[in-house]
Amino acid sequence: MKKLLSLLLFSLSLNVFASGGADLQSADIDLTDKVSLQRGAKNFVTYCLGCHSAKQIRYLRIANDLGLDEKHVLKDIAPEGAGIYEQLHSAMNKHDAEKWFGTQPPDLSLIARSRGADWLYSYLKGFYADKNRPFGVNNAIFEDVGMPNPLWQLQGEQQPVYEIDGERRVLEKLVSSSAGSQSPEDFDKTVNDLVNFLVYVGEPVQLERQQMGKYVIFYLLIFLVVAYLLKKEYWKDVH
Amino acid sequence: MNLKPTRLRMCGNWVLDRFPLAQVWNEHMAHYYAPKNFNFWYFFGSLALLVLVNQFVTGILLTMNYKPDAKLAFDSVEYIMRDVNWGWLVRYMHSTGASAFFIVIYLHMFRGLLYGSFKQPRELIWIFGMLLFVALMAEAFMGYLLPWGQMSYWGAQVIISLFSAIPVIGDDLALWIRGDYVISDATLNRFFAFHVIAVPLVLVLLVFMHIVALHEVGSNNPDGVDIKKSKDPWGHPVDGIPFHPYYTVKDVVGVAVFLLFFATVIFYMPEMGGYFLEHANFIPADPMKTPEHIAPVWYFTPFYSILRAIPDKFAGVIGMGGSIVVLFLLPWLDRGKVKSIRYRGGIYKKALMLFVISFIALGYLGTQPVTPLATNMARIFTAIYFGFFLLMPIYTRWEKLKPVPSHITMQPTLEERIPELKAVFDEVTLVTEGENAKRGFNPTGAKNVLVRTAKNLKESLD
Amino acid sequence: MIDQSVDKSKRQFLTTALTVVGAVGTGYLAVPFLSQMQPSVKAMAAGAPVEVDISKIEAGQLIRVAWRGKPVWVLQRTPEVLATLTTLDGQLRDPQSNESSQPESSKNPARSMKPEIFIAVGLCTHLGCSPTFRPEVAPHDLGSDWKGGFFCPCHGSWFDLAGRVYKGVPAPTNLEVPPYRYITDTQIIIGEAAEEKSA
Repeated sequence: MKKLLSLLLFSLSLNVFASGGADLQSADIDLTDKVSLQRGAKNFVTYCLGCHSAKQIRYLRIANDLGLDEKHVLKDIAPEGAGIYEQLHSAMNKHDAEKWFGTQPPDLSLIARSRGADWLYSYLKGFYADKNRPFGVNNAIFEDVGMPNPLWQLQGEQQPVYEIDGERRVLEKLVSSSAGSQSPEDFDKTVNDLVNFLVYVGEPVQLERQQMGKYVIFYLLIFLVVAYLLKKEYWKDVH
Repeated sequence: MNLKPTRLRMCGNWVLDRFPLAQVWNEHMAHYYAPKNFNFWYFFGSLALLVLVNQFVTGILLTMNYKPDAKLAFDSVEYIMRDVNWGWLVRYMHSTGASAFFIVIYLHMFRGLLYGSFKQPRELIWIFGMLLFVALMAEAFMGYLLPWGQMSYWGAQVIISLFSAIPVIGDDLALWIRGDYVISDATLNRFFAFHVIAVPLVLVLLVFMHIVALHEVGSNNPDGVDIKKSKDPWGHPVDGIPFHPYYTVKDVVGVAVFLLFFATVIFYMPEMGGYFLEHANFIPADPMKTPEHIAPVWYFTPFYSILRAIPDKFAGVIGMGGSIVVLFLLPWLDRGKVKSIRYRGGIYKKALMLFVISFIALGYLGTQPVTPLATNMARIFTAIYFGFFLLMPIYTRWEKLKPVPSHITMQPTLEERIPELKAVFDEVTLVTEGENAKRGFNPTGAKNVLVRTAKNLKESLD
Repeated sequence: MIDQSVDKSKRQFLTTALTVVGAVGTGYLAVPFLSQMQPSVKAMAAGAPVEVDISKIEAGQLIRVAWRGKPVWVLQRTPEVLATLTTLDGQLRDPQSNESSQPESSKNPARSMKPEIFIAVGLCTHLGCSPTFRPEVAPHDLGSDWKGGFFCPCHGSWFDLAGRVYKGVPAPTNLEVPPYRYITDTQIIIGEAAEEKSA
């Protein structure tokens, strides 16, 4: 009967992300890499904050967690005029957003928790030229997304290569048609930094949480040993 | 102990003269005699109480910063996670506690099925326990709306729509529950009221009644033997031991092990791969857009599967409700003459095994998107689920019982089994000869062990 | 059934050990639970220093700004008022502000960095009401002794225009002066202490 318990635990350990079927490339997430997070923060403000907010996190938190000076964050990362206690609000107002995109771009504070790091990594690398779309691009991961490629200057342009499978046209891969300002390797790194930062923003406390867990579990093991010895001592009585 | 009448002791006596503290302690702890052969399955009652306390303490702390307002709720949860000192820990303790509660309760209920703890004279304990289970489901369901994420919103939408399946009054009833035409601020606000005060009061009352009823008739045990039948000259059951200190110290060990698992989840996997905190719930509720795939939290999925398996709205609701109602009837459905599975016939053992498999399978299917295959599977498992209960009056009559001992038996405990486990380990591994001796896998030994296990399993099912 | 030959001292020791270990754990768990009731980052953000432009304040005028949600007064005092302040010492409970709360830079008879600009937290040191600003001399409701100051309507405490408390009223100490510093001659930041002059 105990086997049923382990079966139950096993079935719980399977992962469920409610995302589409396309194969995802895996992002290399390392929250201890402060330099990567700092680059990600800078790139996030440069390329994303124009339209998307991250209103659940404050510049102060970023300064503390990423090991940066408050003044440095305000000068080098935050847009002009932002206060250290302020959250990462977008400069774009709601009215303009609806005029340009038809909808308000979502807040990105928790995007890494709802989509997952690999999805974000693949998505940001998955833009390709498509003349039928309003912004001239489509996305391999998120079809018909209503967003231009914010990183196109870095990445250059990609063209889709299709495979004909009977009647259906299946997107097989993307090939670069014009080079961007970054080499493909550097671009991968830029995207990875950005995703790393978004994972951090999704739950800023996660590194601290994991470090604390060790002490809690160590304490509980001591508690268990003492509790077990006491139980054993008392249960000598019971025959 | 020094018995000098100190000032402290006098104060203590002043209280004891006016309040029956000692009497309550003795009746329920120090002089409450419990069978001495409780095993692994008997930890989950006290653990459920521990989780209840955890939910109360962390829940009270959460209400201090949570805002039950459709415009503010989602952000206030993130505010707790980020800006409030240690808010993340309190929130994860509460969200993990919710799932832990159901794990513990399901194992606690399974213990009842194993050892016939619902059978005469403990029917009322089972009924109170089932009422607790229903109240707990209501508590969890309403609590799940509060973070106001996409899953919160659409999950509540689906479940409340179930009420609209009831003929004649259904639509009005669903409207009345929501207080609006859709799930809205009004619904959130009233669910908050129910979640933080109304249902917790009911839970506390039911826990009290569950324990009072238990201590009136005494605990069952893995042998299903009534320990009150043989007493020593002082009137204590020969096979019983005082709950305190023996089971208090034992339960503390259980608490420690439980907390190890609990802390591991909180600190290393608070989302539990999307089962404890669903990914889509990190998107704020949007009444205009349903997520691609909605699934309730894992502890509701067996019942949700039953709902989806039945191709008719009203019948589906009846099926889902019936799958819980039928549990209440268990003491009267089971006609078996003995309590413990140790002395019951093979037919009950097989039926119970099928039931557990189908319960887990329904739970798994409930988390998955609907496909024709999955629906057919869910129908088969739903039939088994109901078959287990509704055919019980028939198959439990045919049981070939084993003789029940007059006294309880002591089975080897987990620590006493260590040599046995070591022998198995030695059998499946092979030590290579030579200077740097290594343990390797031994296929023949492993095969023998597997064959033996299969044989034992088959025998134990007869 | 219960064996009487038990090692009582070992049991006692283990019971104590488990109690101590459990108490330590409970203590550690209490820290997050209690500190979650401390001000959050949001409260700290609202309590961030505030900048005040004093160039528009006329002589004798008082403006109120919010700092940490509390009213903070900024008063432009006239030379006549400053002259009156020195004559009041005998009627005051703590004229030298020895028992009152203010930054070192404001611990002087006028209780300010620059005599004409007076800054104080506008909450009575008795039980936290906000006193009213009564600059007029000898109004009919406060009597002929009134030299201009702050009057707390809740429990009748009197303060002079340097926030110093009179004798014989409930308030125990002078009004609190918050930390502040001058950015420029016309810009003050409240909530940040003036840099201490190195000794």
